[in-house]
Amino acid sequence: MKTVNQRAWFFVLPVLLLVAFNALVPMMTVVNYSVQETFGDNLFFWEGLRWFEQILTSERFHAALGRQFLFTGIILLIEIPLGIIIALSMPRKGFWVPVCLVTMALPMLIPWNVVGAMWNIFTLPRLGLAGYFLNEIVGINYNMTQSPLAAWITIIVMDVWHWTSLVVLLCYAGLVSIPDAYYQAAKIDGASNWSVFRYIQLPKMKTVLTIAILLRFMDSFNIYTEPFVLTGGGPGNSTTLLSIDLVKIALGQFDLGPAAAMSLIYFAITLLVSWLFYTLMTREDDK
Amino acid sequence: MKPRYLIPILYIAFLMLPIYWLVAMSFKTTNEILSGFSLFPQTFTLENYRVIFTTPSWYWGYINSIIYVSINTVISIAVALPAAYAFSRYRFLGDKHLFFWLLTNRMAPAAVFALPFFQLYSATGLFDTHIAVALAHCLFNIPLAVWILEGFMSGVPKELDETAYVDGYSFPRFFTTIFLPTIKAGVGVAAFFCFMFSWVELLLAKTLTAVNAKPIAAEMTKTASSAGYELGLLAAAGTLTIIPGAIVIYFVRNYIAKGFALGRV
Repeated sequence: MKTVNQRAWFFVLPVLLLVAFNALVPMMTVVNYSVQETFGDNLFFWEGLRWFEQILTSERFHAALGRQFLFTGIILLIEIPLGIIIALSMPRKGFWVPVCLVTMALPMLIPWNVVGAMWNIFTLPRLGLAGYFLNEIVGINYNMTQSPLAAWITIIVMDVWHWTSLVVLLCYAGLVSIPDAYYQAAKIDGASNWSVFRYIQLPKMKTVLTIAILLRFMDSFNIYTEPFVLTGGGPGNSTTLLSIDLVKIALGQFDLGPAAAMSLIYFAITLLVSWLFYTLMTREDDK
Repeated sequence: MKPRYLIPILYIAFLMLPIYWLVAMSFKTTNEILSGFSLFPQTFTLENYRVIFTTPSWYWGYINSIIYVSINTVISIAVALPAAYAFSRYRFLGDKHLFFWLLTNRMAPAAVFALPFFQLYSATGLFDTHIAVALAHCLFNIPLAVWILEGFMSGVPKELDETAYVDGYSFPRFFTTIFLPTIKAGVGVAAFFCFMFSWVELLLAKTLTAVNAKPIAAEMTKTASSAGYELGLLAAAGTLTIIPGAIVIYFVRNYIAKGFALGRV
């Protein structure tokens, strides 16, 4: 049981000040912009909730949001099961364990725009390894800059390449914490592989899996750099995810009001979904 | 060899293919790259690397990145340690709300903050300094460090603290000579994650710098667009950005699985 100690606030004060400086001031700036119209020169006009209405009813926002949910949904459906399968089939001890862990973690340590650039080089139709293989050897007409489908498949494969390891490492951490006695007991009972997975491994992985889903949701929902470098949101608008659209409106067209309103709506959606996960997680902890 | 090992082997092969291609490209001449497909570099050249190591804007990109990443890691860990201790040991007014609020900053899309950050750091006169990027990255690294350290600290029984106080240790002495060594794996893992997320982030780093503190990643986007399409140079610069990550990951390899679980297994 934790002791009640109000002086503990002094311990969290530095964190509070640093994060507040970075979070509250910019957030207030965004809120300011979201209810005003500006023509530069520090002239502001009160607009009320007009920008929010405009964004919430705009087809462009709906389309970007739809693409964003589609992208996040697809990558979660691929990365979570794939991560579990890989974690289950990894060796548990011996020389190969650190080798696996280090090589698997490597993609996550590459700067995000380098990931985009790397996949661009990798998939160039005539010059890249994957592009050459698909076009010249398999004989599919694969060109990301012309076909929206090819662009979508590429950004999804890229994200699977980039982040599946996070799920693998989390699940693996859960798996190695299961004592051998559990497996021996299951063996004596004559349990099938499936029931070992269903009744021993899956429950043990529950916490880490929740963290994995939460982190993958947050990060994929906020993804910007990799698809921007790889496709630039194209061809057309086919891979313009929420962040890309937001930056286009804010820095491309300099429509600060609508961009700020969109930021707040965007943040609220991320927060809402993440909060659902968080309450699920802490409810498990309390039991 | 068990047949199930085929799955991780195939997966690792899939991970290594694009990296191999990047490295192979970096040893090719521009002519070779543009003239057609070759699986291995035919005319092996170090020219791309020579350009990077002799051009100040290139190698300063690396130095800048390493400077702000290091500053950020030190700040994040230094302030996160006492906070994580408070969260793991005490109950206080608003503790749960504060913890959740910290985590929400990890959820904020960087794109939302790009412009306000630019204005905030211009107004405070920090624009284009290493400190600006280091402080900006605290937004998502401090909550993460607190989260990880709190996980590791909660794994240490409270009796350790109580015994030390009974033995007459003062809090600072207990914290530095007994508690820190106990959770040093956690500190290593937290530092690793701060390094990682500061190293890979580009949007904010690019927004907050112009010349003096420009990160390597931003230097690369410039090359891709302005100086024609120098794929070999781009590949060499990309290859070099992988190396610091590979080095730090080696040091935490035994804790990495636990670390990714944020100390919660």
